Amino acid sequence: MALLAVSNLGKQFGGLQAVSEVSFSVERGMIKAVIGPNGAGKTTLFNLITGSLTPSSGSVLLDGRDITGHRPHQIASFGIARTFQNIKLFPGMTVLENVMIGRHIRSSGGFIASMLHLPWVLAEEQRIRQAALERLEMLGIAELAELEATSLAFGQQRAVELARALAMEPDLLLLDEPAAGLNIYETAEVGRLISSIRQLGITVLLVEHDMSLVMDISDEIVVLSFGRKIAEDVPEAIQSNEEVIKVYLGE
Amino acid sequence: MRRLLFLLPLVILVVGVQVLTDWTDTRYYLTQLTMAAYYSLLIIGLCALMGYTGQISLGHAGFFAIGGYLSAALTTRNLAFFQDQAFFRLLEGAGILATGQDIYGAELVVVAPWAACLVAIIAAALIAWLLGIPVLKLKGHYLAMATLGFGIIIYRIALASEYFGEADGISEVPPFLLPFGLEVSGSFAVREANYYIAWGLLIMGLILLRNLIDSRVGRALRSIHGSEDAAGAMGVDTARCKLQVFVLSAVFAAVAGVFLTHYNGGIGPSEAGVMKSVRYVAIVAVGGMAHLWGALVMGVVLNFLSLRGVFGSYDDAVFGLILIGIMLFAPNGVLSLLNFSGVLDFFRRRRRRVKEPGGLR
Repeated sequence: MALLAVSNLGKQFGGLQAVSEVSFSVERGMIKAVIGPNGAGKTTLFNLITGSLTPSSGSVLLDGRDITGHRPHQIASFGIARTFQNIKLFPGMTVLENVMIGRHIRSSGGFIASMLHLPWVLAEEQRIRQAALERLEMLGIAELAELEATSLAFGQQRAVELARALAMEPDLLLLDEPAAGLNIYETAEVGRLISSIRQLGITVLLVEHDMSLVMDISDEIVVLSFGRKIAEDVPEAIQSNEEVIKVYLGE
Repeated sequence: MRRLLFLLPLVILVVGVQVLTDWTDTRYYLTQLTMAAYYSLLIIGLCALMGYTGQISLGHAGFFAIGGYLSAALTTRNLAFFQDQAFFRLLEGAGILATGQDIYGAELVVVAPWAACLVAIIAAALIAWLLGIPVLKLKGHYLAMATLGFGIIIYRIALASEYFGEADGISEVPPFLLPFGLEVSGSFAVREANYYIAWGLLIMGLILLRNLIDSRVGRALRSIHGSEDAAGAMGVDTARCKLQVFVLSAVFAAVAGVFLTHYNGGIGPSEAGVMKSVRYVAIVAVGGMAHLWGALVMGVVLNFLSLRGVFGSYDDAVFGLILIGIMLFAPNGVLSLLNFSGVLDFFRRRRRRVKEPGGLR
């Protein structure tokens, strides 16, 4: 069974059909990319999968379970983590605290127990901190732990956001343009990082504009144009697909 | 225990002030310090809601009034007429009723203060919960306006309802007896004890909120302040978290209302007024928004000055002025001004703007 199965997904904003009858699936352990010109509906597709938007039609199955129309926090707890195109770190909090929020669904201290700082809550807090530190070390940014997250350089902020998503130990990780705004060296680094994420047993679905990165790391590619899927294939076949070339270069 | 060491200076200060008023024979200050402590209890609760979770409320005087008014009404309104009814006997059997005297010395049957206090706090929590479900979907100034509307409703109910004493409010509220022979009342004999009751309650509230902020739930609350989208994507149930902290802050306000009402022996409609809510918001802002200590210090200092009558008839005007000043010069609170960089920046920018045309020539 596919880890993620999107079928006939559609989203209408007033008169605009942003996403229309999109179907594809992502197998466990795969790196899959969604590409397409600006306005093709890629981010809308992500928002539909993660519950930020409610689909007008169609369904999303995660490991066979229907998650269509659930709220974002529920979908996160089902095992989908995401990063944002315009990085959304929490201001006024340190890098470590940002990543610790990634452990929210992996911990359980409630309102009253937290207020009383019950012993088991304090023990849990230690485990949360430890797990967050491990993610920072994994991404090589442990030395930034105590700095304010939003004060960091752009590339470092992306790394923090990724660490935060990885702290959730998701089954599926959605990356919205992970290389946007990065130079070629940083982009290559992100490529290596995504490949290593796969080694952790995490399936990756990404939206990306950088074609060399996409062709390098993806197992399969879905191409969207004006909200519709126009192609889905392995990278080599996509590169020679007539319709894809037409969409990207014009006739 | 080591975590509680941060409170030591505060405890020393609280005890020190009491001893000092004893030596200098200025014990009358304790009255305003007691009242200021109760107001500050509301303010630190509001700080958790506003400063940390980023949800504004211009209706917290309403929750304070719900606590104060319900406790006052239940402990003063005569239930003797209902003597023959089943619910009266039920209440009597449960030990919830007490006898009192009205101002003319006639016998009254009223609800015992501890039960009235419980009812008042639970009612405030319930109302906050019912109100919070719809209005916490709103953001920013829409939320401000909705909570303002709630505050106005409570104010008008207090002012219009005969049960709540209309413009006179409720007086002759009996003392609230606590264990160990303590009582919450304004009588001179128990002034020191009441000072310590109020400050004990405030410090307890501070500990609870500090623990909350410094925990998994606290991080979730702060993440909501930063970005609700991202918080949701992390698995934080934003609607539930906002509702919980809203109810918590309403309970803090109601507890403050109950205790202060028994301490003062009464409550009037001005306690429910919108200007009170604005004042609380202003004090949280002066304290630095996401800053429990700042809120506590500013809450005590400003309320103490206000209660001593330092601002005279311009009381509300002063708080309005404070709000403007804080937003212009120190949006991060008055404690951040200790390095005065905010003020300097402001004037530097002004000067540059004046100079610019010259530079172009």
